[in-house]
Amino acid sequence: MNDTINHINFDVESIRKDFPILNREVNGKPLVYFDNAATSQTPRQVIDVIVDYYTNYNSNIHRGVHSLSQEATDLYEQARLKIQEHVNAKYNHEIIFTSGTTHGINLVATGFSSLLKPSDEVLVSALEHHSNIVPWQMLCERTGALLKVIPMNEEGELVIDTYENLLSEQTKLVFVNHISNALGTINPIETIIKKAHKVGAAVLIDGAQSCPHIKPNVQELDVDFYVTSAHKMCGPTGVGMLYGKEEWLRKLPPYQGGGEMIAEVTFEKTTYADLPHKFEAGTPNIAGGIAFGAAIDYMNKVGFDVIATYEHKLLEYATAQLLAIDGLKIYGTAKEKTAVISFNIEHIHPYDIGTILDKMGIAVRTGHHCAQPIMDFYKIPGTVRASFAFYNTKAEIDALVQGVKKAKMMLS
Amino acid sequence: MTITEIQNEIIDEFGMFDDWEERYQYMIDLGKTLPLINEQYKTQDYIIKGCQSKVWVHAEMNDDKVKFTADSDAIITKGIIAILIRVFSNQHPKDIIEANTDFIDKIGLKEHLSPTRANGLVSMIKQLKMYAIAYQTQLN
Ligand SMILES: Cc1ncc(COP(=O)(O)O)c(C=O)c1O
Repeated sequence: MNDTINHINFDVESIRKDFPILNREVNGKPLVYFDNAATSQTPRQVIDVIVDYYTNYNSNIHRGVHSLSQEATDLYEQARLKIQEHVNAKYNHEIIFTSGTTHGINLVATGFSSLLKPSDEVLVSALEHHSNIVPWQMLCERTGALLKVIPMNEEGELVIDTYENLLSEQTKLVFVNHISNALGTINPIETIIKKAHKVGAAVLIDGAQSCPHIKPNVQELDVDFYVTSAHKMCGPTGVGMLYGKEEWLRKLPPYQGGGEMIAEVTFEKTTYADLPHKFEAGTPNIAGGIAFGAAIDYMNKVGFDVIATYEHKLLEYATAQLLAIDGLKIYGTAKEKTAVISFNIEHIHPYDIGTILDKMGIAVRTGHHCAQPIMDFYKIPGTVRASFAFYNTKAEIDALVQGVKKAKMMLS
Repeated sequence: MTITEIQNEIIDEFGMFDDWEERYQYMIDLGKTLPLINEQYKTQDYIIKGCQSKVWVHAEMNDDKVKFTADSDAIITKGIIAILIRVFSNQHPKDIIEANTDFIDKIGLKEHLSPTRANGLVSMIKQLKMYAIAYQTQLN
């Protein structure tokens, strides 16, 4: 059955066949997976690559003279090239393999320890995931620099006027997510980057939530650092990437010491390997890196334009259906947002709704979504968050709406 | 009634239900009947960690028996607390310490609750037992 919403010929049923997990049941009901913003599901094409790696290529990379090691190294480096091409980085050595977004942020935050002084300021947005707050707080504790917050409004959008006022000669770093995981807001990062650069501040964009929906163009954005995780975009867990402009990556000291990241080691002095290996100490998640490349191939084959259009239709449909439920309030109503709906029902705890939905096989997230400051802003303990992917269907949204109605009936 | 007798009574009650909906509806209704904790105890000092919803528990001892009151901001959690309080409140500390909690499996709660919620349940029981241990040392 072709789903022709918005007149795009997008065959969601055939896409769903790529995802074995979508066939399973939970609590005796067909799984409805709406926790995509936490982790996306993995298509057969990516799973096969992982199996193929361990079946045919498993060995350590970058050091062996034997064929297996050479083949594994080639596959891993090809994956780096795929990522480079995907984000349009100028050089492949600007792509650092990490264990995920959190690792990438910590790598940069730690690197800045020697570059900041007490009179410096760093700006964080009110919409950040804890991963993009805590490492910078720790940096400020180490250096004495001051952390300032770009505020949000009731719709869940950043207040850009205030941001402009916060920027000054003292501002050395700005870090903002491309898309908020708790609310789905798409932040105006082009503007944010341009304004930061005017005062000479570097910008890190947390792309954990954007990469499943948007193909970032790091050169066009002129962003200094861009980080993401493979597991949010149909890849495996425990692998991700940090893009950094070459000049910045040269300036930052290595994050971890170990094998792979050295040129020469004596007990007197060690010289470091060149980029990207300087930041890739130890044996990496080789299968994960290769599978990350396969995930990018997969998503590009589906097509980011098609994904965006289809998901937007899902979002519009779900928003209308959910808002028809009496007492339901949606948090995050930005004009620019992705397929995430954070909501609560009057007088009902989000956790109760999530528990009842789980009994019906519907996976949503409840709680503060690792973004406690946002919940504090709205003065709520948390929300129920349904986040959609291109393999979700209107029928699944109908199941969610029915589930929410039932939960409301049982819990009121 | 002894703790075991109360537990058996609860197992019988839950045995009447055919499906999760009835079981949960019963728990939700139990939650609504939970005698309220005195507001003065709904503070950080009385909160139990390990629950996504907030849980407050207060204990006091009268006539060598521990009396628990509790509350939560989530109704299903309140239902669970109501069951636990029915089992453990107004019992001797020693009996509370020695009680096993297999009945939770038998009424399908542990396996039917999400893992994080199950952890919350575990922390709740641990907290009730901690209070009992504290009161037991007073008696010794
Ligand atoms: C906006 C955002 N930043 C950072 C992270 C952390 O990603 P990871 O746990 O893969 O390091 C997440 C994941 O939930 C996220 O949504």
